[in-house]
Amino acid sequence: MADRALSLSAAGLAAALFALLLAPLVALGLSFDGLTLGAAEAAALRFTLWQAMLSALISVGLAVPVARALARRRFRGRGVLISTLGAPFILPVIVAVLGLLAVFGRAGWVNSSLGALGLPEFTIYGLQGVVLAHVFFNMPLAVRMVLQGWQAIPAERFRLAQSLGFSPADTLRHLEWPMLRAVLPGAALVIFVICLTSFAVALTLGGGPRATTIELAIYQALRFDFDLPTAARLALLQFALCAAAYLLATRLTLPSSFGAGQGRAGGPPAPGGWRRGVDAVAIALAGLFIALPLLAVVLAGLPGLGDLPVQVWQAAGRSLAVAGASTALCISAALLLALAAARGRGWPALAATLPLAASSLVLGTGLFLLLQPYVRPSSLALPVTVVINAALALPFAFRILAPEARSLYSDYNRLSRSLGMTPWARARWVVLPRLSRPLGFAAGLVAALSMGDLGVIALFAGEAEATLPLLVQRLMGAYRMETAASAALLLVALSFALFWAFDQWGRRHAAI
Amino acid sequence: MNRLFPAAALALLTTAAQAQTPVLNVLTYDSFTSEWGPGPAIETAFEAVCACDLVFSAVGDGAELLARVQLEGAKSEASVVLGLDTNLTAQAAATGLFAPHGQTGGNDLPVPFDDPIFLPYDWGYFAFVYDNTKLATPPTSFEALAASDLKIVIQDPRSSTPGLGLLLWVKAAYGDRAPEIWAALADNILTVTPGWSEAYGMFTAGEADMVLSYTTSPAYHLIAEEDAGKSAAAFDEGHYMQVEVAGKLAAAPQPELADQFLAFMATDAFQSVIPTTNWMYPAHMPEAGLPEGFAQMITPAKALLLSADEAQAARKNALDEWLTALSR
Repeated sequence: MADRALSLSAAGLAAALFALLLAPLVALGLSFDGLTLGAAEAAALRFTLWQAMLSALISVGLAVPVARALARRRFRGRGVLISTLGAPFILPVIVAVLGLLAVFGRAGWVNSSLGALGLPEFTIYGLQGVVLAHVFFNMPLAVRMVLQGWQAIPAERFRLAQSLGFSPADTLRHLEWPMLRAVLPGAALVIFVICLTSFAVALTLGGGPRATTIELAIYQALRFDFDLPTAARLALLQFALCAAAYLLATRLTLPSSFGAGQGRAGGPPAPGGWRRGVDAVAIALAGLFIALPLLAVVLAGLPGLGDLPVQVWQAAGRSLAVAGASTALCISAALLLALAAARGRGWPALAATLPLAASSLVLGTGLFLLLQPYVRPSSLALPVTVVINAALALPFAFRILAPEARSLYSDYNRLSRSLGMTPWARARWVVLPRLSRPLGFAAGLVAALSMGDLGVIALFAGEAEATLPLLVQRLMGAYRMETAASAALLLVALSFALFWAFDQWGRRHAAI
Repeated sequence: MNRLFPAAALALLTTAAQAQTPVLNVLTYDSFTSEWGPGPAIETAFEAVCACDLVFSAVGDGAELLARVQLEGAKSEASVVLGLDTNLTAQAAATGLFAPHGQTGGNDLPVPFDDPIFLPYDWGYFAFVYDNTKLATPPTSFEALAASDLKIVIQDPRSSTPGLGLLLWVKAAYGDRAPEIWAALADNILTVTPGWSEAYGMFTAGEADMVLSYTTSPAYHLIAEEDAGKSAAAFDEGHYMQVEVAGKLAAAPQPELADQFLAFMATDAFQSVIPTTNWMYPAHMPEAGLPEGFAQMITPAKALLLSADEAQAARKNALDEWLTALSR
């Protein structure tokens, strides 16, 4: 009974999501004649695919040793470091770019050090810069996902492996590799699709029009050429690429189930010797790579933090409200879809992946056209932003919840049934305790992402509805770069505080 | 329908409650109406004379503004659109959504400017801004810039109005030689940003030697920050102008108020706010003249400006040349 209700509501939700994503394309006048690409569009497509692939593979490749080191070592500041891993991902793009430039730019810390040592300069502008920035944003996210995979292997399995005299290589083959096959394709998919729609990072760090992505072509079509069908066509292309990547990732994913454990956290054994040194280096390098640009953001923003104009605080309050509402909406939807996906169906995962490829400009413009006949768009600025933020953050929440929901189902479903637990008791005693860690992490990420998102509010907001990211942009537009840096720091601090609070809640309530 | 859209009903009610005070809706770009832009002071001044409620609604920038006008079409609540520049007005006029302004009385632009549909409210010259404490002798032309090893940040003409302005600057100054100039500049271009803010932010962070902005940008640093360290480089070819204009929508819900607002644009109450909020030159010189500090700005030897039709005609070709030169 409960299963049926769950499936039905998940199906309704998935249908609503598809409608939300595709109706704007129709509103823009999507037509299927002339689906061929021009030379410039083909070049943009090639660059888009190439940088997204590199970014995904490098992010995931680097995440594995870092996550393993974090899973098996205990050290002072480990908790802080794991929380900080969420920070790059939630930085507003322009803030992150300026932070990266303070470290890796022409006048940055790295080049000053290289210059002092008489070494040649490193130039960030080009494909390497685009990939570097995307790895900065996404590698920490991948670390968290893989780390979660390691923590999901029951401690009993590692103990059993130890008592059977497994070498580290045996452990890798029998326990860790299956887990990686279950987690990595999904993580790589998410990062690949995020990078598909990159625009400001790709252009600014790519060093010029060589680094044109499809999203920029959409921007141009919508803003300068007012060619709505072209924008819709390119947005559809992004969805098609996303769906193809999804199918590929699904084929590569091995379902893993280690069976139920007693839910004790233990992590893999921590081998000594040279492996200890390798782990230390991995953690130190990743820590520096993440912390230095963040430090630059803090240093830029600190001086003006004391005298921020009052509008900044009002906008901050509005942003917090939007983030709270988006989070509640998004987490409910993600949990529903994850529980439905755990029963072995494919469509919830696809529905929860497509929003990644949505161009927020296309989404916003399409919704504007759809709503305008009935209502003043500016009166809906905040509700629309809540819904769009929730939809755009759904893929992350889903990815974080899905693996654990799946093992929860396969490990405990039969037991719960045989005990005749009511759905409510099941939610209270089985689902929530098991899922609270990923729920907290997902909620934190969604809240922080909703704080930082700008794409849609800019299309709808009038004077009175400005959120904090929009205000940062307005300050920059008015030459107030320092005040903008301080407002951006406030944004980052608030986003991070939200993220941290949810994440801590999840970790505290994790499996009693 | 209203059961489906309670917000629509709510909006109708609010409109009815305010019916005694007519509302003039002006669609503009974001930095015009922000707390630090001209919007708030102009709103106060106009409401003191119009017995109306002036409401600005804002979108990102000039290019987005035109897209928004086209999106809203004849259903727009706005009566006036403020903030297009002359590189976009031909396209704007072609939509047929604008009505002639009917205003007489000229303007103080350095070049003759008379358009039946669009009225200028401010203007400026594009220029490369640099830090005069680091760069003692700035280049004096595009060719000198190309021969130097200075690094510049520019904006993408596909997403930004200053970026489009630069494209037409090179075209107006060099005509058929434009591709050659772009090819020579390629190694000076550190990077291309989506909009003005990112580029200017990178420049003030010390990442680039020069940034494409306006001859009046140093006035902001001088007046608001008391920092004389920024200057604009004067180029011998002349400087391309940006003329910012407003127009009345043909389907304006408040045509009389729109006319009143367009006439108000030429008065001191509007114009005297422009220099230190929009950091541009007023289209009608206020009686009190320009604020102190503007006198130190460079005056280009030659003002370049393509007419709206020329700009429209040159754009596609110039963009292809730019892409070809910089994509190599």
